[in-house]
Amino acid sequence: MSFRAVESDLDPRAAVLDVTLPAGRGWTHELAPGDLFRIVDLEGNQAVDTLFFNSKNLEERYSATETIRGQKNIYLTAGTALMSSEGRPLLTIVADTCGRHDTLGGACSAESNQVRYEIGKKYMHSCRDSFLLALARYGRGMTKRDLPANINFFMNVPVTPKGELTFADGVSGAGRYVEMRAETDVLVLISNCPQLNNPCNAYNPTPVRLLVWRRG
Amino acid sequence: MTTHKETLRGGQAWSRRLRRNQHLAIEDLEGRACVSALFYNARDPLERYNMPDTLKAQFTAFLTTGRVLFSDMGRVLCSIVADDCGWHDTISGMGDATAGRARFGEGSYQKLRNDFHRNASDNFLVELGKHGLGKRDVVANVNFFARVGVDDAGGLSWVAGNSRRGATIQLRFEMDTLVVLSNTPHPLDPAPEYRPPAVNLAIWEGPPAASDDPCRLSRPENVRGFALTEAYLAEVEGTP
Repeated sequence: MSFRAVESDLDPRAAVLDVTLPAGRGWTHELAPGDLFRIVDLEGNQAVDTLFFNSKNLEERYSATETIRGQKNIYLTAGTALMSSEGRPLLTIVADTCGRHDTLGGACSAESNQVRYEIGKKYMHSCRDSFLLALARYGRGMTKRDLPANINFFMNVPVTPKGELTFADGVSGAGRYVEMRAETDVLVLISNCPQLNNPCNAYNPTPVRLLVWRRG
Repeated sequence: MTTHKETLRGGQAWSRRLRRNQHLAIEDLEGRACVSALFYNARDPLERYNMPDTLKAQFTAFLTTGRVLFSDMGRVLCSIVADDCGWHDTISGMGDATAGRARFGEGSYQKLRNDFHRNASDNFLVELGKHGLGKRDVVANVNFFARVGVDDAGGLSWVAGNSRRGATIQLRFEMDTLVVLSNTPHPLDPAPEYRPPAVNLAIWEGPPAASDDPCRLSRPENVRGFALTEAYLAEVEGTP
């Protein structure tokens, strides 16, 4: 499958933040309006479960359904406005060398792993656990109530015209990235996915690189 | 057998606690309804309908007979035991006031009194507010009787004529569930006039899901979802 790659000319040496997030870890970060935020799939086929909030009004958060309906397409790529529950763009994807990102597959949890794979899988690490820990550490009273349907960057969840939903092999590869511009004050919440039961991480969860550039 | 009957007028919001083993039928009286819906564990509304978990557990992008609605805790809130419509949307969200104004014009209460243009987003907030819930509790919803197609490139399109006069969906509740409904136009329905049709609701008591229930057995994921639900009920109700 081939997609149109849209590259960015930003220089990582000019980034104000440049960190590596290992698989299985959660992360929060606040972006200012105009900030450019890049996620790099360092080793390839790594799902990065992500939510965004208006950091000045945490009740306004990323909405998968508003985003899908706003662009009349289920896949996210360059040009996609990542819409909030209030119908406003939180960020816009400005560069994408992967070409397709999912927002229907949700995050893995201990409980959904039990349903999907085996009752005995409850012990396995999951994105929701990483989200919950990161939100608790962030310290503004956010809980499971603040975990709506998320984005899975670098994940491929095709829907067929007959309405079947499948988890396909990743469309990403080592070094591919997605970059977005914050349209308002944004809280980023990430779980670098630890899922080992399906191909979303090619059965080998790996680190991702997170960069922020500040304009002006 | 029916213990409660009610007609929801076009535009109307509704919420009610449904007990385990109660059935809820929703009937499209004119064949072009959209009933947007949210579902919460009545004991602990922090547990709610989860669109991604429902879809990925059943490898589907829509809802119909034999499928179940999963909560975010791996449990089955309700099962679709009958459906003569065939496709119910859960990926394209809800209408709101801004989109409604753009499509149908102003439609204010001041001008239209109780025929004013209500929308699912506002209706949900009103009903959720009655249960101490609010914006943080609004998640990806179900749109009963609506069909939105997805093409090979991921493009969404409204499918006209999905429902028909008298089409009915029947839900069986597998745990005590707070149901919130909004009988308001689907945000992708291109119909230019605001005139959501009435729908009939009927509630009755039924037997629990049998060991060979088709919704339970439709997928191994559902078998495990029912097992987790029954374990939870044993925990909170002390049932065997």
